[in-house]
Amino acid sequence: MASLASPRQPGDLTGWTRWANTHRKWLFAAPAMTFVGALIIFPLAWTVYLSLTDAEGSVRAESEFIGFANYLEVLSDTDRFWPAVLRTVGFTGVALLFEIVIGMAVALLLWRPFRGERWVRVAILLPLVATPVAVGMMWRLIFDPNIGMANQILGWVGIGPQPWLAGQHSALPTTIFIDIWQWTPMVVLILLAGLTALSNEPDEAARVDGANAWQRFRHVTLPLLMPTVIVAILLRGIDALKTFDILYATKGRGGGSFHEVETLNVYAYGLSFDYNEYGISSTVLIIFFLIIIGSMWALTSRRKKGAL
Amino acid sequence: MDVLRRSVIGTSLAVVAALGLSACGGGGDDSGGSNTLRVTLVNHVWTENIKKALPEFEQQSGLKVEVTQLGEDQLSDQYNVKLNAGSSDIDVMMYRPLQEGKLFAKNGYLAELTDKAKEDSAFDFADFQAPPVQATTYQDKLVGVPIITEQEVLYYRKDLLQKSGFSAPPKTLDELKTMAAKIEADNPGTAGFVARTGKAAAVTQFSSFLYSFGGDFVDGSGKASVNTEQAKQAYAYYGGLLRENGPENISTDMSWSEAMAIFTQGKAAFYTEANSLYKNATDPAKSKVSDSVGFAPFPAGPAGSKPYNIPSWALGVNEGSENQANAWKFIQWAAGKEQTLVQQKGGVPGARTSVWANPEGIATYPKDLADAIKVSTENGVGHDRPLVVKVAEARELVGQPIVDAITGKDVAGSAATANEAFQKLLDDEK
Repeated sequence: MASLASPRQPGDLTGWTRWANTHRKWLFAAPAMTFVGALIIFPLAWTVYLSLTDAEGSVRAESEFIGFANYLEVLSDTDRFWPAVLRTVGFTGVALLFEIVIGMAVALLLWRPFRGERWVRVAILLPLVATPVAVGMMWRLIFDPNIGMANQILGWVGIGPQPWLAGQHSALPTTIFIDIWQWTPMVVLILLAGLTALSNEPDEAARVDGANAWQRFRHVTLPLLMPTVIVAILLRGIDALKTFDILYATKGRGGGSFHEVETLNVYAYGLSFDYNEYGISSTVLIIFFLIIIGSMWALTSRRKKGAL
Repeated sequence: MDVLRRSVIGTSLAVVAALGLSACGGGGDDSGGSNTLRVTLVNHVWTENIKKALPEFEQQSGLKVEVTQLGEDQLSDQYNVKLNAGSSDIDVMMYRPLQEGKLFAKNGYLAELTDKAKEDSAFDFADFQAPPVQATTYQDKLVGVPIITEQEVLYYRKDLLQKSGFSAPPKTLDELKTMAAKIEADNPGTAGFVARTGKAAAVTQFSSFLYSFGGDFVDGSGKASVNTEQAKQAYAYYGGLLRENGPENISTDMSWSEAMAIFTQGKAAFYTEANSLYKNATDPAKSKVSDSVGFAPFPAGPAGSKPYNIPSWALGVNEGSENQANAWKFIQWAAGKEQTLVQQKGGVPGARTSVWANPEGIATYPKDLADAIKVSTENGVGHDRPLVVKVAEARELVGQPIVDAITGKDVAGSAATANEAFQKLLDDEK
């Protein structure tokens, strides 16, 4: 440290220079810590605080500290809250399942070089670069029950018109379809990166041993690729749980007249922006936050135990 | 090494300090009586018209006007965020007196304008119609100036009526139902009737049906009344008409833009909607049926023809603004007699009595529309949604029976449930 000849030793420093020098690890970390504190910890703490009050109408209005009353109210709400939880879980589960399976199939197809590979890759990635709100508007037009293209195409093959987004029971599956359409390419991208990094040797060894294509995939490629698959599930899973833009663009506020696509995120938005119920809304958000943390923790800890 | 390290620390500190300073610069506010006026407006014909006239105001007043223009929902979200934070970077705000007025006034977001409006003789405040002014008044204080009024009218297709042998639009709701059914039977693929179907969006246009059946959202004693016999009939009529004579595969999410699209694509014969949107139907660039659109007063129900007649938009001043004097200058001009007449001629129904009395004021309206509006202003009811603080929530509650009626569910049961929930909301607000 002091091997380079220096006219002054650290002990010679005075004033703030000396202070800065002894606290340099804090000084260097300060910008990042300020950022995290101001933009993540403070809002989170504020939301926790709001969730314990009866704040409504305006956050500047007087509000009372009411402890866990909001949590009791929300957790016993079988009208809006629990259905929203079910929809959130259902939406994420189904979308994720299809995205991983289709994504894996497409990634395997694109793994080996072929003619026109570049064009195919670009075409497959197109949905990914489109803005979700624009995607929502586009599918809303396609799925319009009266003038949309989807029903026209069904008509050509002799199937009657479907309500799609307009139907009370078909709206959620339709939005899941849109999510799969838009986000499978991201899964493809992640899995393809993982596949490219795999060494060829285990696969070749299995081939020499006479394993067929399915056996090689099931017992060689998939186990080796598992860490990448987990990453894909984590990234896409968190995103899918938080989906807002596609749902808002296709069904609007409240997730439709029967709340048919109202997930937790859409519900919390409605509570704060339509109802101005800041206390309840914060409660829903905190519970939602815990659900996300919990499910991700469960997934990663199972992975660490080697169960996946 | 130490020298190097020290200089690294020094540079980093300088960078951090500079970032900090620039952040302060961004947050600083210098709008105390500033010459720049920040005005937030909604996407509307009114806004397009006022933007064209702005240079004139800027020249007169020496102020520079910065306009932020947003869609209805985005505008509402913007206000929620900014006004909640006590922001001073909005001076003049365009808002919906019946939707957000009570909430904003209660929260103290709107500056009082009583003295400014009444002491100004050129502004002639007495010229404003009474019901709109009532809607922009909170606890006897004027907090907004109404600029646009709306009445519900019946849009219809003259050609389809003629084809089915009808010489005039329906005068009653019974006639409307009969004619819609006949036209639908005569023209496969065309719906007899279309209107808003979204739970919250439909409430305002449904209100005229409710009043014409003799009901209201709240009765004379302040109790919820959406499960009265009259209300149940109105729900059943509106929902039934849409279910039986509406577009096939009807969506229950339609607001005016979707319903208007079906009408202007030529897919429906009748449409009940606010008159302020009429240009969408008569403008050939937007409508395939611009040649054959007719307008009629709202058809009479058992209690007569009782459409709403309401102020849909008003201008207010942000209480947090440090530029309130200049903000008033803008309102003085934009809601003044001269501009209101210009707007009226441009197709925006105004809130001043003088523009309706002036033949020039209605000369640009289609004759049948002007006649229909006249009838609506005479019999009109001053609200088109429950008059509460939590309007958005209340609309969802009283709107539920509408969608249940459209989808063929039990209307009476749905109305009873809605009434109970709505009564609870009313009790909570007391």
